[in-house]
Amino acid sequence: MTTANKLTIISIAIAIAIISLWYGQSNALLPVAASPEAEAVDGIFQLMMTVATGLFLLIEGVLIYSAIRFRKKPGDETDGPPVEGNVLIEIVWTAIPTVIVLIISIYSFDVYNAMGGLDPEASRDSGPQQVAEKTNSNQGLEGLIASVSDYLALGLGESPANRSKNLTPLSVDVNAIQYAFLFTYGESGVVSGELHVPVGQPVRLKITAGDVIHAFWVPQLRVKQDAVPGREAQISFTPQRTGEYPIICAELCGPYHGAMKTQLIVESQQAYQSWIDQQQVAQSQSLEDAVAVGQTDPLNAYAEEIGVNQQTLEQLPPHTH
Amino acid sequence: MTTSAETSLSEQEEKRTWTDYFTFNTDHKVIGIQYLVTSFIFYLIGGALAAGIRTELATPESDFVSPELYNQMFTVHGTVMIFLWIVPAGAGLANYLIPLMIGAKDMAFPRLNAVAFWMIPPGGLLLMASFFVGAPQAGWTSYPPLSLMTGKAGEEIWILSILILGTSSILGAINFLATILKMRMPEMGFFDLPLFCWSMLATAAMILISTPVLAAALIMLSFDLIVDTSFFDPTGGGDPIVYQHMFWFYSHPAVYIMILPFFGAISEILPVHARKPIFGYRAIAFSSLAISFLGLIVWAHHMFSSGTPGWLRMFFMATTMIIAVPTGIKVFGWCATIWGGKIRLNSAMLFGMGFVSAFLIGGLSGVMLASVPFDIHVHDSYFIVAHLHYVLFGGSVLGLFAAIYHWFPKMTGKYLNETWGRIHFVLTFIGLNLTFLPMHQLGLEGMNRRIAIYDAEFQTLNIICTIGSYILAVSTFPFLINLVWSVLKGKKAGANPWKALTLEWQTASPPLIENFEEEPVLWSGPYDYGVDVSEENDQSVQELLSDVKADMS
Ligand code: HEM
Ligand SMILES: [Cu+2]
Ligand SMILES: [Cu+2]
Repeated sequence: MTTANKLTIISIAIAIAIISLWYGQSNALLPVAASPEAEAVDGIFQLMMTVATGLFLLIEGVLIYSAIRFRKKPGDETDGPPVEGNVLIEIVWTAIPTVIVLIISIYSFDVYNAMGGLDPEASRDSGPQQVAEKTNSNQGLEGLIASVSDYLALGLGESPANRSKNLTPLSVDVNAIQYAFLFTYGESGVVSGELHVPVGQPVRLKITAGDVIHAFWVPQLRVKQDAVPGREAQISFTPQRTGEYPIICAELCGPYHGAMKTQLIVESQQAYQSWIDQQQVAQSQSLEDAVAVGQTDPLNAYAEEIGVNQQTLEQLPPHTH
Repeated sequence: MTTSAETSLSEQEEKRTWTDYFTFNTDHKVIGIQYLVTSFIFYLIGGALAAGIRTELATPESDFVSPELYNQMFTVHGTVMIFLWIVPAGAGLANYLIPLMIGAKDMAFPRLNAVAFWMIPPGGLLLMASFFVGAPQAGWTSYPPLSLMTGKAGEEIWILSILILGTSSILGAINFLATILKMRMPEMGFFDLPLFCWSMLATAAMILISTPVLAAALIMLSFDLIVDTSFFDPTGGGDPIVYQHMFWFYSHPAVYIMILPFFGAISEILPVHARKPIFGYRAIAFSSLAISFLGLIVWAHHMFSSGTPGWLRMFFMATTMIIAVPTGIKVFGWCATIWGGKIRLNSAMLFGMGFVSAFLIGGLSGVMLASVPFDIHVHDSYFIVAHLHYVLFGGSVLGLFAAIYHWFPKMTGKYLNETWGRIHFVLTFIGLNLTFLPMHQLGLEGMNRRIAIYDAEFQTLNIICTIGSYILAVSTFPFLINLVWSVLKGKKAGANPWKALTLEWQTASPPLIENFEEEPVLWSGPYDYGVDVSEENDQSVQELLSDVKADMS
């Protein structure tokens, strides 16, 4: 190999490295990160994008260069050099990807642990915890109601960092049904179609499904968990940025799946508290109504358990099976 | 070598007539073409559905079709493309090529082979018929409980159709395995096998291990659907997650069932048109086996955000990461093969190099998806749609086109037209990237998949995708014109137009009914390009080839 060749190779390698580092770090492909967990996930993404950009440039470069430089000359009917392999090179290109995926795996493991994914309380699956029950109300609403249980949940638990800080998480029950999310605030009894949380406090969601599989996804938090009928799942996050973020159902749940969306509102502690107070006043009224109607409705026994009242039910689009 | 029960029968016929292609014929070459043509027709149907899907997605509202019809369209689109296009097209290629490549007269079980093919048209028509009773609308994954609640008739038809197609695939795999293991010409050892045969060994093994599990899952789903059992129905104590495990135990291997045959085809095509031996024959051969084994233990990476406990998510992350290594070995090996060659940049080679270039993007996004924390963000988003289309369209479909341009002269005795071929390639490659590249960004930003209604902020990128998909639709026309024109009027190709070394090129084009006039001779390795020239006193490849040709005529 001539010095000139060596120089070219080195400068190409440096150019690829610079472009990859630049694109890996500065691409604006992800939405804002609204929690420290989301920032940690972005770290993995940036590393992976850097590596991927490097490999992309290298291999596409080889292909394009070959297509130009190694084209057959007109009239040349001879074969190329009979190179059948090179054990050393083959070992190198087996070893390098191995090391790369090893690094990405360890990094991912670490972040996943920090997100609470390996919290023993949340990362074990004890199978279906409850035989869900089919209900047939006199209003023709047919659905499936899995009652909340005390079993171990599945998903993202408490992050080790929060646990050591001894922060008490805000606990909200999420029930996903065709085509809405219902949020029940255990302490205050508030039931809402939107999720309001105070900034800075860890949030723990217990996720259940009422009919088919749904999924709870907030892109800005980089968290997603399927809501599976008959079992309870859990995710945790610590919102650190006020704002409104979409909550999206990410698992096909029927024709109106695309419309199954609501908002996550991260607000100051004060704003959150006043929202809770408002909701409590409004709901104490409507719950009484619901109980009055409910005498004849077999669904209500279950509905109360999961915090559905007449009003929330009426807001939902009709079920079609 | 004459195990074919059909020998006496096919000796009576002198020549193939076009009517043979509509009969229960046991010649592997007829069956291969039957598979390819049938699956191509379904590709057109699946493509039309895709154009419908993209038209709906040109606007954020649900305005082109009803939301129910939209779900039916993507469900049938996915099912058709997987079970009626890529899987049978791979089987068709294997049927046509394996006996020729190993110097056999036919497959090990010719009748079984015909049975396997003749299950495809009824299976496909059944699925199409579902549109009359309300097509299935729970996605090609058909997760319960949704699949138990959306139109019983359509869902049951879907199940039956997949059961038929799956059975066909199993029968095909038995044949491939038996043929490659037992019907090779006596002097052909395992390391003389063309790499396409290695990849079909790996594919067949995966089919045989995983497809029965899918069949079991679908039969159980069928019971849940029709007689109200509760295998997967949580209202009776069943567990929908068990279905997901069984489904993906087949369907992850299925993605490799869909790519390995084309990995094999590319390993044939690149050396021929780069005029160089394949770089690292053994590494590529063994990487197929490694993929086949590892592919069986990564399925739950499709369930990272589902009912999968944390430790299991970590286990499947590790295995999925490792599968990138054998895949990388292949990609690097292909690059090294063309490096320094004397490349004939014809349509086959363009599609071959296009395959490497597009598959690479799908492979890189695949490694990203293996990372659990990242996958939790993008799972079930358009990022997945981008990934799967780069591997299935950029990979399998481009690989299949490369194979068609490469082996069409063998199958018909005519060349495909190069100009039309290049137009086809350029349109396909541009359309592919325009349609699927922006989807990565859509998914990362938060657009979920399988929706007819989306947030207006995503519209610009969606319009680009839709335009790309129309270019893809247009790109099929030059190909169709080329096929028809070339079959009728194409330039005659001799026995070995590409001067290739594998055995299928040692017989006439199209090959005789019995494949080889006399026992073929294994006079070189499958990829010994340039090898003989460098040794003095030895005949050059050229001379050897003309010797063979002279022997034949
Ligand atoms: C480097 C190798 C690959 C890796 C590491 C990989 C990894 C993954 C992962 C982790 C997922 C699940 C993502 C999710 O749903 O959240 C996925 C989805 C998928 N992959 Fe790959 N993949 C690879 C290659 C392939 C190939 C070769 C094919 C087919 C030719 C393929 C086809 C698919 C399909 C069809 C899906 C989506 C299935 C669905 O949900 O409908 N992948 N891949
Ligand atoms: Cu949904
Ligand atoms: Cu997979």
